[in-house]
Amino acid sequence: MIILENLGVALALLGAVLAALWAGIGSSIGVGIAGEAAAGVVTEDPAQFSKVLLLQLLPGTQGIYGLLIGFVTLTQIGVMGGSADISVIKGALYLAACLPMAFVGYKSAISQGKASVASIGLVAKRPDQFGKAMIFPAMVETYAILALLISILAIFGIGGLAI
Amino acid sequence: MAENQYLYAVARIRCREQRLLNASFLEQLVTAPSAEACLRMLREKGWDGGAPEDSDAMLAEEQKRTWDLIRELVKDMSILDVFLYANDYHNLKAAIKECKSQNAFAHIYLNQGTIPAEQIRQAVQENRLDSLPKGMREAAEEARKALLHTGDGQLCDIILDRAALEAVRQAGEESGNEFLKLYGELTVAAADIKIAVRAARTGKNKAFLENALMECETLNLGALTRAALDSEEAVASYLERSDYKDWAPELRKSPSAFERWCDNLLIRRIRPQLRNPFGIGPLAAYILARDSEIKSVRIILAAKRNGLPEDAIRERVRETYV
Repeated sequence: MIILENLGVALALLGAVLAALWAGIGSSIGVGIAGEAAAGVVTEDPAQFSKVLLLQLLPGTQGIYGLLIGFVTLTQIGVMGGSADISVIKGALYLAACLPMAFVGYKSAISQGKASVASIGLVAKRPDQFGKAMIFPAMVETYAILALLISILAIFGIGGLAI
Repeated sequence: MAENQYLYAVARIRCREQRLLNASFLEQLVTAPSAEACLRMLREKGWDGGAPEDSDAMLAEEQKRTWDLIRELVKDMSILDVFLYANDYHNLKAAIKECKSQNAFAHIYLNQGTIPAEQIRQAVQENRLDSLPKGMREAAEEARKALLHTGDGQLCDIILDRAALEAVRQAGEESGNEFLKLYGELTVAAADIKIAVRAARTGKNKAFLENALMECETLNLGALTRAALDSEEAVASYLERSDYKDWAPELRKSPSAFERWCDNLLIRRIRPQLRNPFGIGPLAAYILARDSEIKSVRIILAAKRNGLPEDAIRERVRETYV
């Protein structure tokens, strides 16, 4: 019975964990593959370090967004302090609210990593085109931000529901 | 995740592509007053191997640099064996003929191969063919037997050339990489067409063609053999009906135009790799691009030394990758 009584907070916590976990995994893959390409360019041309470093870091933002969603959810459900007494329905809603950030964060970080790899290749060939090279992976960021927005709006919205 | 295996390597290759010779530099070499002037320009470009006037050493050094870089970047070199089998079989051919002639010709061996040239040489000289890989061993035994029994050097060449083509095609297919498969297929198809043209010109019989031609997916060997037994024009007509219809006009122009066309086609097919950031393709394309530019430089230097006019040199210089 104790499980059923606490199922709401368990579901909400699962949502927070998934958001941080999948977005973090996606970012680590994205930053990792971009880092390999960046190291290749710096081996041949150390002067490009600062440019390729910026491109490498771009897929890292999803991990930060996942952390933010996880943190806000934990605060809302009272795990970080206060009362953790929430209904099963509310817990399930928190879980659903975290999923956009979890899935979009994971996929967009990997896609952004690939776009960064391509842009690092562009900088290797034409260092003067760095500004344009930044734009291509940055476009992928749009979808991570949209997911962050919907997750955060949903989490704050659920807090005000009397269910 | 196999496509992410070569990210570091491809990034380094992207930087190295900047140093490849482009068409305008080759044009400068073509218009240079002498071979010595060409060598000076190449040395300024960083081609600085060997003694100042020794172009062979310089070109050999450039080839070595390419493979040293690739060996540094690729852990499992077996995927790139497709580019090295031709050298292996050249070395095998040299070893068998050297053994038959009872003379030493150390300079005829090529350094870049899947097996060290010295190992092949020793295996043939000491009659230890078992130490060679299976496909090569069988071809070596057959070629040596043919040379000893008939004294026919051409028969020995046919056996080994065919075995080399089979090794290239098989390696391309087994690599699982579309680009390497294409390279294997194009290499075999171009070789078959060249054999057919030469056979038509010299009036070779059906048995010769059956021994020399290597099967490939894009050519119908029966039809090619029939065409080769007929005439050069019949070979060109057959090509018009095949996947290689663009090759027919070049074949009608001249043998050198056809050779150039084959090399240029390969360069055109590999050019999309300039925009591919993933996989082994850009590395393989870089190897071919380096081979092609070294070939162009060799042609220009030889032509300059022999006093060929600029237009004649231009006709022979290959297209560049960048």
